[in-house]
Amino acid sequence: MSRARRGTAPVRPPIRLFRNLSSKIAAIPMVLVGLGVFVGGTIWTVVYSFTDSRLLPRLQFVGFEQYERLWSTRRWLVSIENLAIYGIVSLVFTMCLGFLLAALLDRKIRFEDTFRTIFLYPFALSFIVTGLVWQWLLNPDFGIQSVVRSMGFPNFNFDPLYNSDLVLIGLLIAGLWQGTGLIMVIMLAGLRSIDEDIWKATRVDGIPIWKTYIIVIIPMMKPVFVTALVLVTSGIVKLYDLVVAMTSGGPGISSEVPAKYVYDTLFTRQNLGQGFAASTMMLVTVAIILIPWAYMQFREKRQ
Amino acid sequence: MTAAANLPGAVTPRGTKPKTVFAPRNIMLYGTLLIFSMYYLLPLYVMIVTSLKDMAEIRMGNVFSPPVEITFAPWVKAWAEACTGINCDGLSRGFWNSVRILIPSLIISVSIAALTGYVLACWRFKGSEIFFGILLLGAFIPYQVLLYPLVIILRELGLFGSLWGLVLVHTIFAMPINVLLFRNYFVALPEELFKAARVDGAGFWGIFFRIVIPMSLPIFVVSGIIQVTGIWNDFLFGVVYTRPENYPMTVQLNNIVNSVQGVQEYNVNMAATLLTGLVPLVVYFFSGRLFVRGIAAGAVKG
Amino acid sequence: MTHSIEIKELKLAFGAVTVLEDLNLQVGQGEFLVLLGSSGCGKSTLLNCIAGLLDITDGEIHIQGHNVTWEEPSKRGIGMVFQSYALYPQMTVEGNLAFGLKNARMPRPEIAKRIKRASEILQIEPLLKRKPAALSGGQRQRVAIGRALVRDVDVFLFDEPLSNLDAKLRADLRVEIKRLHQTLQNTMIYVTHDQVEAMTLADRIAIMKGGQIMQLAPPAEIYNRPVNKYVAGFIGSPAMNVMEGQLDAGNSEFASARGLSFTVKGYEFDGAPTSGPVWLGLRPEHVQSGKWAAGQPIQREALVDMVEPMGSDTQVWARVDGQEIRFRMDGQEKVDIGDRVPIGFDPARLSLFDKSTEIRL
Repeated sequence: MSRARRGTAPVRPPIRLFRNLSSKIAAIPMVLVGLGVFVGGTIWTVVYSFTDSRLLPRLQFVGFEQYERLWSTRRWLVSIENLAIYGIVSLVFTMCLGFLLAALLDRKIRFEDTFRTIFLYPFALSFIVTGLVWQWLLNPDFGIQSVVRSMGFPNFNFDPLYNSDLVLIGLLIAGLWQGTGLIMVIMLAGLRSIDEDIWKATRVDGIPIWKTYIIVIIPMMKPVFVTALVLVTSGIVKLYDLVVAMTSGGPGISSEVPAKYVYDTLFTRQNLGQGFAASTMMLVTVAIILIPWAYMQFREKRQ
Repeated sequence: MTAAANLPGAVTPRGTKPKTVFAPRNIMLYGTLLIFSMYYLLPLYVMIVTSLKDMAEIRMGNVFSPPVEITFAPWVKAWAEACTGINCDGLSRGFWNSVRILIPSLIISVSIAALTGYVLACWRFKGSEIFFGILLLGAFIPYQVLLYPLVIILRELGLFGSLWGLVLVHTIFAMPINVLLFRNYFVALPEELFKAARVDGAGFWGIFFRIVIPMSLPIFVVSGIIQVTGIWNDFLFGVVYTRPENYPMTVQLNNIVNSVQGVQEYNVNMAATLLTGLVPLVVYFFSGRLFVRGIAAGAVKG
Repeated sequence: MTHSIEIKELKLAFGAVTVLEDLNLQVGQGEFLVLLGSSGCGKSTLLNCIAGLLDITDGEIHIQGHNVTWEEPSKRGIGMVFQSYALYPQMTVEGNLAFGLKNARMPRPEIAKRIKRASEILQIEPLLKRKPAALSGGQRQRVAIGRALVRDVDVFLFDEPLSNLDAKLRADLRVEIKRLHQTLQNTMIYVTHDQVEAMTLADRIAIMKGGQIMQLAPPAEIYNRPVNKYVAGFIGSPAMNVMEGQLDAGNSEFASARGLSFTVKGYEFDGAPTSGPVWLGLRPEHVQSGKWAAGQPIQREALVDMVEPMGSDTQVWARVDGQEIRFRMDGQEKVDIGDRVPIGFDPARLSLFDKSTEIRL
C-alpha cells in the first residue's frame, strides 16, 4: 500500500494555506454566513439607519434624524412600552411556571411522560396557529366570555382582544401557552442533573422539600436559569407572528410591537431609513441584555 | 418522609407509615398537574370540536360543547375551497408550497450544518473558532436587522421571491443552532477513532462519510426535527421573501382567517388551523424523547 | 539502513507552549522501545508525531530510511494500536481490518489473504463477522492489534494499549504482545505509564518527563543505575527509600540528616567523587532482614513502625538510627509493630545523587 509511494515522500512542509484544504473549503458556507450575512448585514443596516432612504436605500446621511423621528412617533413608543410590559410579565411567568411544572414532574410522579407531552406540545406549533386558536377562544361572542355568561354570570366581562387595556393579557395567555413547555424541559434537565445524593443529604438533615428547593436546588441551577433567561428574552424581542395572528396590532395600535413596526415600516410604508433605525434599536436592546451574560460566561470559563 | 427506625429495643417502627395514593400531598401534586393540563389541552380540544361543527351549531352553542352532529365539510372547505383574496383553492396550495420549501431547506441546511460542525470538531484550522464565534453571535441578532440586507442579497442572486430564495434564508438562519448541535456531538466522539482512520488512510471526506455519519444518526434526527418544525412554522420569512403564489402554509392560513372580507366561518378557520399545525404535531408526537432532547440540547448550549 | 526510526531535533509547539524540544531518538531494526512516563510527560505526543497525527514545528522524522516528516500517517509504513481500541463501531471485525487496505485500493484476494493471516496469528477467526460492540475488551484489543498487523508494516506504534483492560487480561495480553514481537521481529514503540509493562516488554526504555527523555537504556540499567533522582523514584515499587544527607568523599562516608551513617564502600561513582550534600537512594528490595542481614556489608537494627502484609511478602516501615526506611520481609516471617529487626544492605547497590542537580554521582 504505502511502500510504492514512499520514495516520493514530501520533505518540505506544505504551504500553510493549503494544509487542511478540504476543511477550509467545507468552512466556506460558515464564513460567508457569519461574515457576509450576520456581520455584513448588521453593519449595512446600522449604516443605512443614518440615511434618509425611503423607497430605495441610498447613502444620503442625515445624522440621527431617523432616530429622533422614531422616538417621537407614538406608534413606536407604544410598541416599546408594550414590549417592556409583555417582556417583564412573560419573563416572570415563564420562569416561575416553567420551574413549577418541572419541579412537579421531578417528584417521581406517574405518567410523567404524558404530562410532559401535554405541557410541551404547544411549543411544536407555530405562533400563527397559537394566535388563531386563542383568538377564537377569547372571541367575546362565542369564546370563554360567552360560556361563562351562559353559566349564570351575565355580567362577566373578559374580551382582551377588543379592549386596549387588556389586549396584552390576551397575548400573554397565548404566549405562555406556547412557550412555557420549553422552559419546563430546560428546567427539568437542570433538575435531573442535580446529584441524587443532595436530596438524600437534605432528607437526612430533615429539611422540608420546599425549603430544599429554595436554599439548595435553585442556587445550584443558576446557570440553567441564566440560559432560560437569555432564551426567553431573545424570543420576546422577536415577538411578531403572534401579534399578527391574534390582533394585527389592534385594537387601534394598542398591541403594536417593535418587530411589527420594523416590518410595516420597511415593507408596507416603504420608509427604509426609519425601519433601519427601529431595527438598530432592537439590536441595541438585545446587546444590552446579552453583553452582561456573555461577560459572565467568559468569566466563568476563565476560572 | 418515612423513617422506620430499627433501633435496638424499638419494638414498633417509629414515624408514619408510607402514604397511600390518596394522601393529601399526592392529591395536591396531581391536582395541580391536572389543572395545568387543562390549560394546555383546552385549545386543542376546542380546535377539534369547533372544526367538526357546522356554523349554525357554533352560533348557538358554546365553544366547549362537543358537536351534536359531526361534519367534515369545514375540513374539506379549508383544504380545497377557502379563499385568500382572489384565490379560492384553500390551504392545499400553501401546504404544497410548504412541502416544496421544507424538503430542500431541510436537506441543505442539515447537510451544511453537519459538515460545518465536522470541520469545527475534527479539522480545526487557525481562525475556525473565531468564525464559529461570529456564527453563534448571529443567533442573537434580531431577524429584523437582517431582513433588508437579505432582500438585497437575494435580489443580487436573482432568487428574490422564489422558493429557492426562501430555502437559502432558512439555511442561513438555521446554521448557528444546528452547527452548534453537530459540533458538540462530534466533539464527544472518541478522538482515537479519527486517528485510527487517518492511519488507515481515510481523508477528510472519507472519515466524514465512512466513520462520522454512520455513528451520528441520533443527532441528524434531532437536527432534522428542529428544522422541520422551525421551517414549517415560519411566518416572517415566508411573508418577506416569497410572492403570494409561493406563500407557505402559515402565511396562507393567516390570510384566510384574518381576511376582513366575507362572513367569518369559524369552523373552517379552526380546521385550517389544525391542518397547519398537523405536520409539526405529528413530528412531535412521533419523535417524543428525541424532540425533547433536541430542544434541551440546543437550548441549554445556545 | 541502520535505524528503523530516527528522530532529529524534533520540536513541537502549540503557539507559545513548547511541548517537545530538541528531541533526538534512534530506534534499531526490530527493537522494542517503551516510552515511559507519568501523564503529561509528552510520551503520547511523541508517538503521535511519529505517526504523523500531529504536525511538528521543527526537526525531522525518518522511518525505514525515508524522511517522512511531512508524509500522511497512512503512507509512513506504520500500524497503530490505541488505548480505547478505536474500532469503527458500525463495521464488523472484518470490515475494521479491511478498512485501511480498501483505502489503499488493494485487490480483494490480497485483503482476504492478509486478514486470514492476521486473524490466525491473533486467534480471532471466529469473531470476524461480529461488530465491536459484541466483543469483550480483550477481544477488541486483539482486533485493534490485527488492524495494525494486516498493514504488513515494519513499525508498530502502541499508545497505552492495555490501560483500559483489567489486571488479569492486561497480564495475558502483555505476554501475547511480547510473543507477537518475537514472531514478527518488527520495530515496536510502546507508550505506557505502567512500569511493569515497560520492564517486561522493552529492549530499551525511554523515561520521559516534561517533554524530554531523561534516560534511554535497557530495563536492567534503568533499574540499577538510574541517571537521576526522578528516574530512580519513578521505577520500582514500592518506591526507593530516599535519604537526605552529606557525603564525605575522602572517607566514602555518608551521613543522613536524620542520624544514620555508614561507609559507601564498593559504590561505583560515575566520576571522581566530591564531598557535599547528596540524596541517597536505597531500594526496599535491596534491604535484607532477619537472618539474611548477617552477610551484608552494612548491618543495623530497625525498629518497626508499621507493617503491611501482602501475602507473598510483608512491607515494613521502620526506623534505623532515626532514619525512616522501608523494606520487604518474607511473608511467612512474623513481625509486629515495636519489634526490633536486624537489617543489612550492600552499598554497591545504592544510588547517590547530587543534592542540587539530582544527577547520579
